[in-house]
Amino acid sequence: MGEQPTRRGFLNWFLGTSLGAMAASVLYPLARYVSPPDVPEAQTDRVVAGKEGDLKPNDGKIFRFGSQPGLLVRTAEGEYMAYSAACTHLNCTVQYRGDLKQIWCACHNGFYDLQGTNVGGPPPRPLEKFKVNVANGEIVVSRT
Amino acid sequence: MSAEGTGSVARLLAWLEERAGWSFLVDLGKHKKVPLHRHTIWYYLGGMTLFLFIIQVCTGILLLLYYRASAGEAFESVQFIVSRVPFGWLIRSIHSWSANLLVFVLFIHMFSVFFLKAYRRPREITWITGTLLLFLMMGFGFSGYLLPWNKLAFFATQVGTEVAGALPVVGSFALRFLRGGDQVTGGTLTRFYGIHVAVLPALTTAIMGLHLLMVQKHGMSEPPAIEAEQKAKGQAGRSMSFLPDFLLRDLIGWCAALGALAALAAIFPWELGEKADPFAPAPAGIRPEWYFCWMFQTLKVLPPHVLGIEGELWGILGISAGALIWLLVPFLDRVPAPGNRLTRFFSVFGWVALAYMAVMTVWVYLPGGR
Repeated sequence: MGEQPTRRGFLNWFLGTSLGAMAASVLYPLARYVSPPDVPEAQTDRVVAGKEGDLKPNDGKIFRFGSQPGLLVRTAEGEYMAYSAACTHLNCTVQYRGDLKQIWCACHNGFYDLQGTNVGGPPPRPLEKFKVNVANGEIVVSRT
Repeated sequence: MSAEGTGSVARLLAWLEERAGWSFLVDLGKHKKVPLHRHTIWYYLGGMTLFLFIIQVCTGILLLLYYRASAGEAFESVQFIVSRVPFGWLIRSIHSWSANLLVFVLFIHMFSVFFLKAYRRPREITWITGTLLLFLMMGFGFSGYLLPWNKLAFFATQVGTEVAGALPVVGSFALRFLRGGDQVTGGTLTRFYGIHVAVLPALTTAIMGLHLLMVQKHGMSEPPAIEAEQKAKGQAGRSMSFLPDFLLRDLIGWCAALGALAALAAIFPWELGEKADPFAPAPAGIRPEWYFCWMFQTLKVLPPHVLGIEGELWGILGISAGALIWLLVPFLDRVPAPGNRLTRFFSVFGWVALAYMAVMTVWVYLPGGR
């Protein structure tokens, strides 16, 4: 036979659970409040990154791809390439280095080749590559 | 005239004493003894840290009078402070220099406490609160770095919050909590401002209060080697009164620190840099404040993958584990005594940690280190 429940034990249990519930009712809204809400954002699949002739051969520039930075590169041969500019290591914004003909992240010295493949430093994955079309003098970048 | 003045002051003090009974504080200070031995100099560092923290609070309040925490106005408001507000450049420079000196002194204070084994029983709470204060000061440094909203700060925050985001389990929540969304934006600046001027000061006040209470309760710790020497000689150690002897010596150090701060601020005013542009590439030569450089360099030299797991995750987990061990040292090195094998192990652990941090930091500043 177990011990008989006492009035004191019941009151302690009652007060304890009440306090727990009260703490939860304060902490839950607090935790939800500090975590920012998802702001729905229209998915950007296609942007005009610049005009033909804006970029010299063997040069690159950052453009807006929705809320994210993208990198447009014109190779030494004159071909246009585009990538996500967010380094896959710790999300810094990369840039094109004409002297090395590579994409470089200044934050932790990461390197990518012109295919976006990580070839040096700490980046663990390739850059996301975009499709580039030149139409009516505009450079149009879209997700592949 | 002067006798009358003294009489008035005495009457005012007596009036206060009758109502507040504050003289126990003076008695406490008079009874507090500071041990005198060859390591006494390290005892001054806690007071120096406190002094620099007070400078931070005062200059921080002054900066608040003009600073505006929004992505559109933050940079311009700091520019206004340093270029238009009378002595604004001085206040801002002292705030930045003092922050750096504070972290520097705090690191020396912590390592001196560590190597002198002052964390041993019954001072575990003093050690834990002190280590938490160091983490809080680094939090102040990290959050304050973003507030001028310049390029370097923007990318340092991008990397720093990404590091928090890579933590297992809590990473995603931590990243969104710190950034106020998925990206570093004006929302992040507002959060960092709130954290810097309200959350961290509140936490620091509470933990510093407990730290000082513990220091007052247990007094200064004498290193085990000194205790052993005194025991062998059969002599009690020498000491001086905290009030006024030690405090007056503290004051000399604080005056020197204030002079050094003013000189540093005047000769090497803190730069503002260029305004942050979320759509610009990270600038060449980017690096965090010097006290984060060892972590920065660790994340940089780790290979992309180690045993199938991304290198950065190993780095973050390693640093977190190291910080946890550091925090729990009093419970791991339970019986610190000269000659004890575990005690020697922890001393070596401390020297290795110090050497690692120093080498990695210097590496960042070497030509080609970045």
